Amino acid sequence: MEQSTTIHDKIDTKKELLFLYQMMLIRRFEEKAAEQYTKAKIRGFLHLYIGEEAVAVGIIQALNDDDTILCTYREHGQALARGIDADFIMAEMYGKQEGCSRGRGGSMHLFDVSKKFYGGNAIVASHLPIAVGMALASKKMNTNNITCCFFGEGAAAEGEFHEAMNLASLWKVPVLFVCENNLYAMGTAIKYTHSVTELEKKGAAYGIESTAVNGMNLLEIIKAANTAIEKVRKRGEPYLLVCNTYRFRAHSMFDAELYRDKKEVEEWKKKDPIPQYKDYLLQEKIITKAEIDAFEKKIETKIQKAVDFAEAGTWESSTELTKFVYSETVT
Amino acid sequence: MQNQNPTLLITYREALKQSLREALQNDKNVFLMGEDVGRYGGAFAVSKGLLQEFGEERIMDVPLSESGFVGAGIGAAIAGMKPIIEVMTVNFSLLAMDQIVNNAATLLHMSGGQINVPIVIRLGCGIGRQLAAQHSHSWEPFYAHIPGLIVLSVGTHEDARGMLNEALKSPNPIIIFEYTSMLNMEKEVLEHPNTVDITKAKILKEGNDISIITYGTGVYKSLEAASELATMGIDAEVIDLRVLRPLDESTFLKSVSKTHRAIIVEDAWKSVSISSEISSRIMEKIFYDLDAPVQRLCGVEVPIPYPAHLEEASVPQKKDIVNAIKKMMQHD
Repeated sequence: MEQSTTIHDKIDTKKELLFLYQMMLIRRFEEKAAEQYTKAKIRGFLHLYIGEEAVAVGIIQALNDDDTILCTYREHGQALARGIDADFIMAEMYGKQEGCSRGRGGSMHLFDVSKKFYGGNAIVASHLPIAVGMALASKKMNTNNITCCFFGEGAAAEGEFHEAMNLASLWKVPVLFVCENNLYAMGTAIKYTHSVTELEKKGAAYGIESTAVNGMNLLEIIKAANTAIEKVRKRGEPYLLVCNTYRFRAHSMFDAELYRDKKEVEEWKKKDPIPQYKDYLLQEKIITKAEIDAFEKKIETKIQKAVDFAEAGTWESSTELTKFVYSETVT
Repeated sequence: MQNQNPTLLITYREALKQSLREALQNDKNVFLMGEDVGRYGGAFAVSKGLLQEFGEERIMDVPLSESGFVGAGIGAAIAGMKPIIEVMTVNFSLLAMDQIVNNAATLLHMSGGQINVPIVIRLGCGIGRQLAAQHSHSWEPFYAHIPGLIVLSVGTHEDARGMLNEALKSPNPIIIFEYTSMLNMEKEVLEHPNTVDITKAKILKEGNDISIITYGTGVYKSLEAASELATMGIDAEVIDLRVLRPLDESTFLKSVSKTHRAIIVEDAWKSVSISSEISSRIMEKIFYDLDAPVQRLCGVEVPIPYPAHLEEASVPQKKDIVNAIKKMMQHD
């Protein structure tokens, strides 16, 4: 198995365990979400992150608490990795007012400003210009914060991607563009949507330093993320990091997956980032099998607690329906 | 005794510029961003000289990427700045509709009250400069349709001077329509402007016989029509709506209850317009106060043509207002 051990010494052991815990938590959370969806506890669109966990965990570990994060509608993994409690995410997916967006957003619109987590944005590529603007504000206000913007390869075909890349480079603002290339824009493979499928090449057109990384390997992502984020922060300039990954589940719960071969999915499952990382930790004797089992138990309890929290949550009164259409005060 | 607040003669353009200058002077978090606002001086010379005065950090020229820079303005607003975004003309704002509708208007509600978007977007607009179909749109009804936005219309010089600074005090996303055909028009304004209330329509001329409800370029046309009607013994009240969302209905309902007649004047196409909404509300709330059916003078439903005579025929003119009101008064 390809494993980069060069950064091993730079990560403290607790963090290494935390990363495994986070990836396992995301995986189990998503499985539970799918289960709750089939029970009609969660409705609307539900996009699962299973298979892509290493990307969120590997990138977000390199950010500071003051850095800003914007995501797509497939953002449960990022939300968990950022430290939004599973209780508030599950309650949001139930539509309960205890949810992190008061139940107003659902699965696709998780927000937690206290964690500088700005969605959960469900118009593909629409949040890229916003990310550039938030980075512009950091520059104008002389903070040392950066903005990290996740998006899929589908977004890279949108005009807003190109406008955002141009503006970010033109204005020299500290934004990390993280392209999660899972090879399918909903059900259309990248070869049918991009004239140039090596997406990292698109950065060059705008003078933005760009790299591609194996998005199924946590250690490689961590290394790439640390380098990229250090550059963004130090130079105050944008960077494009393409994480080549794969979603194991359907695009959303409505998707019958007619567009891809089951064999292809099975091949990618062999690259599953979680067992890969577990094996590495075991081989390096950073973790024991018993500790992994303990994680599993802990996660099971945590997720059951999140479901219980969501179940016990309350529905916002319909008399509050129009609250927050307009604001009286600046938050 | 010397007048403490004398009037001065000023163009609509100069009034807009003064409001921009004042906004930039008042708050260091305010910046102006838009196509050709700096080195060119603004497509309509509204921001001419401001780059030299405030520097390129505060007056930012942007590439032709409406969705990109409007979105960036939204991001900057979320992050604590006070951006004034100028989209050169309302016509190009369609390229930024995604940002305005899907993001600026929704984020507060969708995030359960966590995210304010205090952005001000200025849109040059209007008909009357022979710019043909793609450069003559009246999109007030589009934007006024959207919950979460505040939509203002600058129908007078006084508002050109005072609206922007009030808009910047709001925590909400605000769209301001400015009318390019009025830029060179000179009017008397108070040297020290009164505070503008951006939540209220304004009665510009009181009258007892009929209420003319209008906005934008309809305002001065209606005032002139009212003067002509006065010579015929018809006493018209003229209301500038000013805020197209959320509508200040109490002002026009009260007026129509008094005059018992209403005519609505606007440049936008008639179907599904601001006048549709005003007319409905009059019908819903004060139907029995009416002495005549509500009338509407709107843009003819055609892509606005280039030749001056056809362009003029596309939108209501003073004579149309006068004629329509004379006809309405014969209903007695």
